[in-house]
Amino acid sequence: MMIPRRTVLLGAALAPLAAPMAARAQLTIDMTRPNFEPVPIAVVDFQGDAMGGQIAGVIRNDLQNSGLFRSIAPGSFIEQNLGANSAPRFPDWRNVGAQGLVVGSIASIGGNIKVDFRLWDVLKGDQATGLSFTSQPNNWRRLGHIIADAVYKRVTGEEGYFDTRVAYVSETGPLNNRTKRIAIMDQDGANNRYITDGSTIAITPRFSPTLQEIVYMAYGDRNTPPKVYLQNVDSNRRELMGNFPGMSFAPRFSPDGTKVAMSLSQDGRTNLYEMDVRGRGMRRLTNSPAIDTSPSYSNDGTQIVFNSDRGGSQQLYVMGAGGGGDRRISFGDGRYATPVWSPRGDYIAFTKIMGGSFGIGVMRPDGSGERLLSNGFLVEGPTWAPNGRVLMFFRQQPNSGGRAGSVTLHAIDITGRFERQVPTPTDASDPAWSPLIPQ
Amino acid sequence: MIKAFAAVAALLVMAACSSEQKVPEAGTSVTPGSIADFKQNVGDRVFFDTDMSNIREDGRGTLAKQAEWLKKYSNYPITIEGKCDERGTREYNLALGERRANAVRQYLVAQGIPADRVKTISYGKERPEVVGSDEGAWARNRVGITVLQ
Repeated sequence: MMIPRRTVLLGAALAPLAAPMAARAQLTIDMTRPNFEPVPIAVVDFQGDAMGGQIAGVIRNDLQNSGLFRSIAPGSFIEQNLGANSAPRFPDWRNVGAQGLVVGSIASIGGNIKVDFRLWDVLKGDQATGLSFTSQPNNWRRLGHIIADAVYKRVTGEEGYFDTRVAYVSETGPLNNRTKRIAIMDQDGANNRYITDGSTIAITPRFSPTLQEIVYMAYGDRNTPPKVYLQNVDSNRRELMGNFPGMSFAPRFSPDGTKVAMSLSQDGRTNLYEMDVRGRGMRRLTNSPAIDTSPSYSNDGTQIVFNSDRGGSQQLYVMGAGGGGDRRISFGDGRYATPVWSPRGDYIAFTKIMGGSFGIGVMRPDGSGERLLSNGFLVEGPTWAPNGRVLMFFRQQPNSGGRAGSVTLHAIDITGRFERQVPTPTDASDPAWSPLIPQ
Repeated sequence: MIKAFAAVAALLVMAACSSEQKVPEAGTSVTPGSIADFKQNVGDRVFFDTDMSNIREDGRGTLAKQAEWLKKYSNYPITIEGKCDERGTREYNLALGERRANAVRQYLVAQGIPADRVKTISYGKERPEVVGSDEGAWARNRVGITVLQ
């Protein structure tokens, strides 16, 4: 299905029904503490339109999946049909165990819908936040994600990440003749669609900062090395990014979207280059006889972390964004791969290969504070949610009896305590989390 | 009568089974100079150790035979496919497969095959030869395959 190229989406603060809060609300959670309890939250079907139940469903699912909230079953609610325009009976909500209460009302205005929502702090008996949105009716899923983001932000103090998409590699068929297509879906698995047709292997997608384009690597005919392509996600028009004699792969946008770093292989050597997206000028970033690949720009665009086996085994190195000043940052046991700089700048996520198992971990950009979040037979390819507090990666089970093991996407928070599988229509690998969708 | 015939048939089947264990004689069942001849009587692939791309001792003999055959039948364009097991990350393995394919290419060129006749392509861990998650499968997926058109 088509995703609208531009969405009409106006948001404004909603005037509180009660007197403005005099004190800080109790409805907060510190997600960096190791032993927090999920916040019990009641999300009431929004009133005034049949889609109100669907919007509430999107919000419940987002909040529950974050691991920071526990969505209370609507069947247990005592007060019924509560919208955004009247004050709740707080004792009724305390009785069902709610600390947070999300309500909303929908009104039709011309061809648009106006959605008012409020988050109530049930224990304090006061409004925590309230917003009003006007949008096209077919944006109801996005409205749900945006409201879930507002709730998440108010309770955690962190930016939300629900109004985002994920590009990934859809995998079908036997392993030795596998179809690998680039797909894009909402972060909750809705609105899945395919970007490539599966006629050749296409892997390693990455979003541009505007989400309008993706870069990825695809094979051509049987005797041509694979190349990097740039593709518009609405028109599906695609362009080859430089026709080099050898393989080009591992493309990554710079944070401002004007450049793409990638690896080029020739004569067994693999080095990093940077291409200007508009002018297509090419600049060499590394010059080693080794394998330099999997680049990732720092959030401010001034540095690049990558993996290289120049020291004998795969390790992580940081250099200036124009090349030079390379220094190794990984020093633990095992091999390190696929480094990804957090959008907040505070961590670098990576894949770690230790003997017979793989792990997903984070370290500070100077290499200190290494921590493993998940592990398994094969876990690979972390990607950051735009708030830098959640990672997605893929998990492959061992093959057995000539059959491929399952390959699935998983999300985990940076404390490593809450991992869940992300639903996809097919086997899936190599997720790339988008920035927040521009409003 | 029927019983006796069945017994003879069973013996023949057993004989056929045991003969399958033997490597076919060179040139007995394929046309010399054909792709089947190359695969069956020369060997189209060499194997690599984990995370390595140097040609092993057992591979050198295979590549020497390949070079000899390819010089004799010089009409085939050659593509070396480099592949890896699943125990590495996707992008690194693309580069490692390229390095393996290039190692095979350089060996053949050193044996006198014209460099412009030999292309390389890496499949990393994207197109394994053997589906399995044990050392036996991985050893056969760390491979450089000489593909003729």
